[in-house]
Amino acid sequence: MTGLLVLALYVAAFFGSFVIAKQIFKSAFEKKGFNKLKTVTFGDESAITANRVASVVSVVTVFWLWVAFTNSTIPLPKFPGPFSGDMTFTYTAQLEDGTQDDATVTMRVYREDIQQTVDEEGNPGREPSPAEVELGDGFAKNDSLTVARYGFKVVNVWKNDEVSKKDGSTIVAINGQPIKPGEKISVDEGTLGLTDKGTPTFAPATGFRMARLYLPAPEVVFQRFIWLNKEGYQGFTLIEHTRYSLQRVLLGFLLGALVGVPIGYAMGLTGWARGWFDPIVEFMRPIPPLALIPLIIIWFGIGEVGKVVLLFLAALWIMIIAARSGVSGVAISKVHAAYSLGASKWQILSKVIVPNSLPDIFTGARVAMGVCWGTVVAAELVAANVGLGKMIVTASKFQLTDIIIVGIIVIGVIGFAIEVGMRALENWLIPWKGKV
Amino acid sequence: MSHLSEKGIQVSELLIDNISMRFDLPDGGHVQALKNVTLDIKSGELMSVLGPSGCGKTTLLNIVAGFLAPTEGQIKLNNEVVTGPSPQRGMVFQQGALFEWMNVRDNVSFGPDMKGVSRAESKEKVEHLLEVVGLQDFKEKAIYELSGGMQQRVALARCLANDPDVILMDEPLGALDALTREKMQSLVLDLWKDTGKTIILITHSVEEALLLGERLLVMAPRPGRVHKEYRLPFADLGVGNDLREVKKHKDYAGTREEILEMIWNMEEEIMGRTEESA
Ligand SMILES: Nc1ncnc2c1ncn2[C@@H]1O[C@H](COP(=O)(O)OP(=O)(O)O)[C@@H](O)[C@H]1O
Ligand SMILES: [Mg+2]
Repeated sequence: MTGLLVLALYVAAFFGSFVIAKQIFKSAFEKKGFNKLKTVTFGDESAITANRVASVVSVVTVFWLWVAFTNSTIPLPKFPGPFSGDMTFTYTAQLEDGTQDDATVTMRVYREDIQQTVDEEGNPGREPSPAEVELGDGFAKNDSLTVARYGFKVVNVWKNDEVSKKDGSTIVAINGQPIKPGEKISVDEGTLGLTDKGTPTFAPATGFRMARLYLPAPEVVFQRFIWLNKEGYQGFTLIEHTRYSLQRVLLGFLLGALVGVPIGYAMGLTGWARGWFDPIVEFMRPIPPLALIPLIIIWFGIGEVGKVVLLFLAALWIMIIAARSGVSGVAISKVHAAYSLGASKWQILSKVIVPNSLPDIFTGARVAMGVCWGTVVAAELVAANVGLGKMIVTASKFQLTDIIIVGIIVIGVIGFAIEVGMRALENWLIPWKGKV
Repeated sequence: MSHLSEKGIQVSELLIDNISMRFDLPDGGHVQALKNVTLDIKSGELMSVLGPSGCGKTTLLNIVAGFLAPTEGQIKLNNEVVTGPSPQRGMVFQQGALFEWMNVRDNVSFGPDMKGVSRAESKEKVEHLLEVVGLQDFKEKAIYELSGGMQQRVALARCLANDPDVILMDEPLGALDALTREKMQSLVLDLWKDTGKTIILITHSVEEALLLGERLLVMAPRPGRVHKEYRLPFADLGVGNDLREVKKHKDYAGTREEILEMIWNMEEEIMGRTEESA
């Protein structure tokens, strides 16, 4: 239900902001430079540049949706939230002889995440006690209970009544409205009802916002981020978790490249090596590294060695194939030119084949780094003492959704940084790529 | 046969001795790319080779360069049988054979570098060659920053830096636009005269073959063979002169028409044969 609302709003934001932005940021919608002179641009992909206004609005929209559908304190328009505070309802109990009596139930609805909050002195929040109420007269006595937001309470109203359910006291009306077992009554504060056995229930209104367990508010995640850097989780700070994950990736990738590139060259240069490694590469390449985890754990345990071996294997096949295709991509005229300029086999390899294959190797390295980064997190999810994956999976066992989200964001940012870094390195090392 | 020129320097002679080349195809058939080609190319000769595509020009050049061993016959340079590539026989390819990970100067000094000649020793020669091809101001430029014509100038300079006896060119100007091509033709002629190298130049263009070939070879296909040979005055006339003036020579137009007609007929014949078999 809420999901559909989010989707509808998101689609509306896409089109709505287009219409609005077109009025406000006219210049961002104009064709620039040479494209101004093109009379037709629809279908001309080269004339399309990313509209930066759209990018900004896109990010802002996601952030706003995040705020709007959580119990955030950020002052942005939000959707109706869950009810919290005190509410009362009355029930009418009737005895077998027909005598009736009314009594009031006071429900105190408190934050479901109260234990995860801290007050000014740094003490964690505690569940509140029920409101103090008079018992009142008649055989039905007033009750007072607590219930968490997004929760549900079966209210045993007979607990303090003079006549128990067993002795024939039944609930016939709530808030003065006649009600039968299984029926429900909506009130502003939530939903009242009777169970099939006739016991009153109360579910506080949830509104459209997510409980912290499902989606913590942005500022909660941010605070968790700070806390993770300071206090750490599972004995390691966020930086340390990240460092361990990155270290494994770099080590595994470097070993994979160090072994894979020479094998790839050998496969491109000699028939024996190609014949020897072809079956292995073709067999191992389609196996997702994750499928190797169980075997790796049996062989190497859950320590660093196993992780590095797994990432080594993840990078190895990619780097072999990249180096091999780098060799086959060398134009034969370059090789012939070098031979007739007097190059030896060794010089052909070092002066022609290696530099010529660098673009392919770099493309492979980019892919391999991406795969390794994905694999290390997955491997840590399965078994590890430290690492971003380990942090996430432990947090999920304790339903600490904010830690999970911090972890996911860090994983995404680092994955993105790796990609950007590799591209910058590529542009610097291989300026001729794509230009010949 | 190697012999001594008037100046007493040892010069090269290239002997293409009854070469045949047969490619076996995977389907069991075969292609007779060359059949009984014999040529005696004197030192310092510039021979252009023309012919419809598929008549074995590239195959012949690859055999002379030493990249392919002929199924019959042999190549001799200075009386030595050719068994593989060597810096004696330099190559200039159509395009894309430069090393784009090196700048212009490093490309040109590639040959000396491979021989272990120090940069200090080769510097003068490299600088001189860059000047000859008009690229002295582009030494530090990357290959991809140069135009197609400039890239071919680098290829020429790179080949000359090794001081080869024979220069083999496979459609070196084929990818250039008409104007650049004309300038490059003059450059090739001037280099030929200045260096006295033996040059075999394959081309698709009848005009280019006429203007540059002191000797012009027309090849015929299926099997690839020498069809007709000309001795022409135009290359000598063109050295240091405007090539457009050369084209006004009384024999030029006639020879051009004759050769065009010849190649035209060969192409017709090929077409006819393929139509018959179809
Ligand atoms: N490696 C090869 N395998 C089989 N056939 C070849 C090979 N190289 C060339 N040929 C054939 O030999 C003939 C001559 O080719 P080529 O020398 O490239 O001709 P040209 O350069 O005159 O266009 C063509 O019919 C071509 O298909
Ligand atoms: Mg050819």
